[in-house]
Amino acid sequence: MGAMDLVKNHYIKEILARGVREDGRGMFDFRNMKIVPGVIDHAEGSAQVDLGNTRVLAGVKMQVDEPMPDTPNQGNQIMSAELLPLAHAEYETGPPSPEAIELARVVDRGIRAANCIDLEGLFLEEGKVWSVFADIYVLNYDGNLFDASTLAVMAALMNARVPDYKDGKADYTNKATPLKINSVVASTTFCKLDRSLLLDPDMHEEGAADCRITITTDGEGVRAMQKGMSGSLSTSEIEKLVDLSFDKYREVKKKLEESSRRRD
Amino acid sequence: MANKANKPQLLVNGKRLDGRAFNELRPLKIEAAVLKNADGSAYLEWGNNKILAAVYGPIEAMPKHVADPAKAIIKCRYSMAPFSSVGEHSRSGPNRRAIEISKVTKEAFENVVMLNDFPGSEIDIFIEVLQSDGGTRAAGITAAAVALANAGIHMKDLIYAVSAGKIDGNIVLDFNMIEDNYSDSDMPMAISPRNNDVLLLQMDGHFTREELKKAMGMVIEAGKTITKLQKDALNEVYKKAEVKYEEGA
Repeated sequence: MGAMDLVKNHYIKEILARGVREDGRGMFDFRNMKIVPGVIDHAEGSAQVDLGNTRVLAGVKMQVDEPMPDTPNQGNQIMSAELLPLAHAEYETGPPSPEAIELARVVDRGIRAANCIDLEGLFLEEGKVWSVFADIYVLNYDGNLFDASTLAVMAALMNARVPDYKDGKADYTNKATPLKINSVVASTTFCKLDRSLLLDPDMHEEGAADCRITITTDGEGVRAMQKGMSGSLSTSEIEKLVDLSFDKYREVKKKLEESSRRRD
Repeated sequence: MANKANKPQLLVNGKRLDGRAFNELRPLKIEAAVLKNADGSAYLEWGNNKILAAVYGPIEAMPKHVADPAKAIIKCRYSMAPFSSVGEHSRSGPNRRAIEISKVTKEAFENVVMLNDFPGSEIDIFIEVLQSDGGTRAAGITAAAVALANAGIHMKDLIYAVSAGKIDGNIVLDFNMIEDNYSDSDMPMAISPRNNDVLLLQMDGHFTREELKKAMGMVIEAGKTITKLQKDALNEVYKKAEVKYEEGA
């Protein structure tokens, strides 16, 4: 960590102690959220999401595959995340970092646990199912990749259309049927800095934070959680954040639905 | 969380398949100082899990550019042996799941190890799952905490981990493999028992707010048993050393 980072961390903690965030937001406000579905015509589904200056593109591709051995009657959900070198000075080329793997797996678990994709409907015939590949492309990093990525993947899935299936193969020239979505999840990521808890940390807040927690809900229950970084949380703090997560769900879901309606 | 279609019955007459109560841990045995070369080590059997943890360090951080002049860094490698699971031979070395587990395990230990005491150095934690039976990441953390203490690494607390989850609407502690595969939700946690702070938390499935609260309470209650076994394992090492001393060995 360079000297300027230390100065920045100190500044962020100092104003936070007075209840102020650098960009003037409330502790539990999201940054400005912009969802643009359908940005990649060649993909079966796609969406670009801006969360403040964080920008994530999610693409959904589908292909005819063999089912997983333990789930012979349902389709496959496969998630990956790339922290592209163009997104931040510290991101490097090479095999996926532990951060990228964690990001993809946390987003995957939330969407899988809530059965967002109707995987049972993706069975084609004995030994053949659809695989749904959702790839998270981080284009600009300014904190909170978890929420931006869940949002982008969710929007891309809601935007996806299934290719026709003919003679045991996918016909990518005909994509009429929308991908069936069973439920919508939203994730909320909080950081703890000294004694303050705050939603949707930007890059500098994340850099100064002791602890991070991501809570994914479908509005009715908690579907996935992941604590990160070396700090700790009490069980009562976790309960408080789960309550907030339910409140925020409605706000995020509304944004998602508005953006998908605009396209139709 | 595998295929729900052929989900076996996990509860029969309100009892779990292995006869345990909902809040009952599997048999847990811990032994410290089991490897000669490592600075600290522990072997643990938890249900049918067999897990070896070893700690090397503090040693000079390598490569040089990863060293932090202000504090020690922790490196952690959780890995499952290719012969550890029922079924097919798996590829050796960490896969994506193992890389994620290594990351969150490292972060949990960064909370309690007194990193500032060892500037410029690294502490290596190796967790090898020799036989897996559900809850291996929790078992690995519980073993690694003992190995760290055995290595004489300064720590604020001796942490433990265990998972709680949901089966058919019931909150249940410490899943075995079959429960792990077919449960409705699973939540591994690592806890610092002196203040019950949560150092690792992962969850997937479905929890209401009340279920979550109950599951967290169960994990904290179970800590009393686990912590005692960890301390007993460490005490045993030094008891042995005492006998040797008295014998003039």
